[in-house]
Amino acid sequence: MSDILVSERSEPGADGSGRPSGRLLEVDDLRVEFRTRDGVAKVINGVTYHVDAGETLAVLGESGSGKSVTAQTIMGILDTPPGFVTGGQVRFHGKDMLTMSAEERRRIRGEGIAMIFQDALSALNPVFTVGFQIAEQFRIRRGMSRSDAKKRSIEMLDLVKIPNAKGRFNAYPHQFSGGMRQRAMIAMSLALDPEVLIADEPTTALDVTVQAQIMDLLAELQRERQMGLILITHDLGVVADVADRIAVMYAGRIVEEADVHELYEKPGHPYTLGLLNSIPRIDEKGQQLRTIKGLPPSLLNIPSGCPFHPRCPMVQPVCREKVPPLLQLGGTRASACHFAEEVVNRD
Amino acid sequence: MTENILEVRDLVKHYPVTRGIVFKKTIGHVKAVDGVSFGLRQGETLGVVGESGCGKSTLARVLMNLEKPTAGSVLYKGQDIARLKGGELRRLRRQIQLVMQDPYTSLNPRMTVGDLIGEPFDIHPEVAPKASRRGKVQELLELVGLNPEHINRYPHQFSGGQRQRIGIARALALRPEIIVCDEPVSALDVSIQAQVMNLLEQLQGEFGLSYVFIAHDLSVVRHLSERVAVMYLGKIAEIGTEDEIYERPTHPYTQALLSAVPVPDPKVREQKAIIRLTGDVPSPVDPPSGCRFRTRCWKAQDVCATEPPVLEIRPGSDHPSACHFAEKREIVVTHEA
Repeated sequence: MSDILVSERSEPGADGSGRPSGRLLEVDDLRVEFRTRDGVAKVINGVTYHVDAGETLAVLGESGSGKSVTAQTIMGILDTPPGFVTGGQVRFHGKDMLTMSAEERRRIRGEGIAMIFQDALSALNPVFTVGFQIAEQFRIRRGMSRSDAKKRSIEMLDLVKIPNAKGRFNAYPHQFSGGMRQRAMIAMSLALDPEVLIADEPTTALDVTVQAQIMDLLAELQRERQMGLILITHDLGVVADVADRIAVMYAGRIVEEADVHELYEKPGHPYTLGLLNSIPRIDEKGQQLRTIKGLPPSLLNIPSGCPFHPRCPMVQPVCREKVPPLLQLGGTRASACHFAEEVVNRD
Repeated sequence: MTENILEVRDLVKHYPVTRGIVFKKTIGHVKAVDGVSFGLRQGETLGVVGESGCGKSTLARVLMNLEKPTAGSVLYKGQDIARLKGGELRRLRRQIQLVMQDPYTSLNPRMTVGDLIGEPFDIHPEVAPKASRRGKVQELLELVGLNPEHINRYPHQFSGGQRQRIGIARALALRPEIIVCDEPVSALDVSIQAQVMNLLEQLQGEFGLSYVFIAHDLSVVRHLSERVAVMYLGKIAEIGTEDEIYERPTHPYTQALLSAVPVPDPKVREQKAIIRLTGDVPSPVDPPSGCRFRTRCWKAQDVCATEPPVLEIRPGSDHPSACHFAEKREIVVTHEA
């Protein structure tokens, strides 16, 4: 079943050779730390991933795994201080965005890469109408007249299937329901036709029926516009529904990257395996939930060696000493576990 | 069949909507819970699912006697809890306890864990004499999987999952018969959720607890509940055993809800047909006439607008459903684990 999907993938992961590689967006060995009163929290410790046009990459992780900080760094909206980029590159069309001028980055934001957030109510400005906030981009970035901008904005609201778009143009965010607000934010992020869309937990605050509507909408818009989509989430269900490829993050590292079918069928990292075993499934009865023992590590004090070793059921002495690199495993996947082969080939 | 330890009859809770400051005028009511009946049996878990605004948290508040019902009654072993006063009420409160959703705001940050879990003993001194309280608290900590030596720590020194365990220990302190859990795992990370769910199951077995388990996550509810009630806009749409609701749902709302739950398995995505509901949940201030779901229902007929469907067993189904056109439909393909 998985071979079909495998064949259409190009070789994964930038391994340092031959850049620029022609990829749309690449994060390469990114390192970010937060300098806080209590010490230095190493939030991102060498994250590498990429997304191509028309592809959906899901970045999966629990809170504190660094998935949102990576996205903020890509967008250039990381709070500095306390956050500092200490290494690595974020390349858009092969050009490193971290060394660009503020003006150059600004041009990419919105037109090149756009982002939607979890909580639409706090992401939208409460004192301006939804219409104004969308039209603003057309006026400032495209130099359109007020009336043209309004016309385009109404088209955008229509695109995201907001009923009575014309009438809603002058509504304020608080007059919208949760699902509507999320739609309005999607309209806003797509206004300048970006090549990459980063969606940070876009449906976490929504009810299941509305979640299904929003995920449908995102998938449809992505298909039409051939956008690269980075979906940041903790929900293994949503990921299984929409992703092409998955990167699993833990303690600021990518611990596994694989095609969606491969990952669910044969996870290559004990953490991924643990996650899959610990979620209740709606289509299973009398299921035994096998938990991952312990807690995610404090980023102020990441365990030596493999950061997952204190919680790992397969831990060996080597895990406490050596950080396992993210190594290729077969053609299309990679895992950062010393015993990745054993995990995949377990019975 | 054991008898019901808790019985809810035609429960109604309306909140007035007022206008004006000095001369307040009631201009309407938020019909948060609008005629809900069910029974909770000894030792069972009754799951209550529904989307935000369906009244499930208001239901929890009324069950806890934190709100007086507008109409209807909640009977604990035959006693109407809203009528109890003084000592009787205090004795009742020992028997029904609550675990709240947000482990960050439900614990007083200025109190140590020992004080938090021991506070119920201050209010009900007959449960544990002063001298034995510290020991009792440590026992409780151990019971929920926390280190008893951490008794002098403050909530901020614990993670979210550990705080939820503190909340559970506090609810258990008085050895209640019923625990109302209002979204107890929805604020927790995936790997921690399972730990807390397993803990709740284990405690139920140990103490014979009855749970009212309120949640929006249908997978979590299925995993923990023996019976499930599906709520929509203040009313129960369908109620039945876990099998009846998940394998043979008859109410269109339940069917739509179940079909929208993402299954963590990419193989399922091609096979799955999501029933797409259009629009949003109507306002509980002014719910639709007749069947409340009719504005989003694909089966709606004229009768749905005029006649509110009764929650009853209809031919061709084995459990009560509040739909004029209740009909079995398989949504989730279940396999035994």
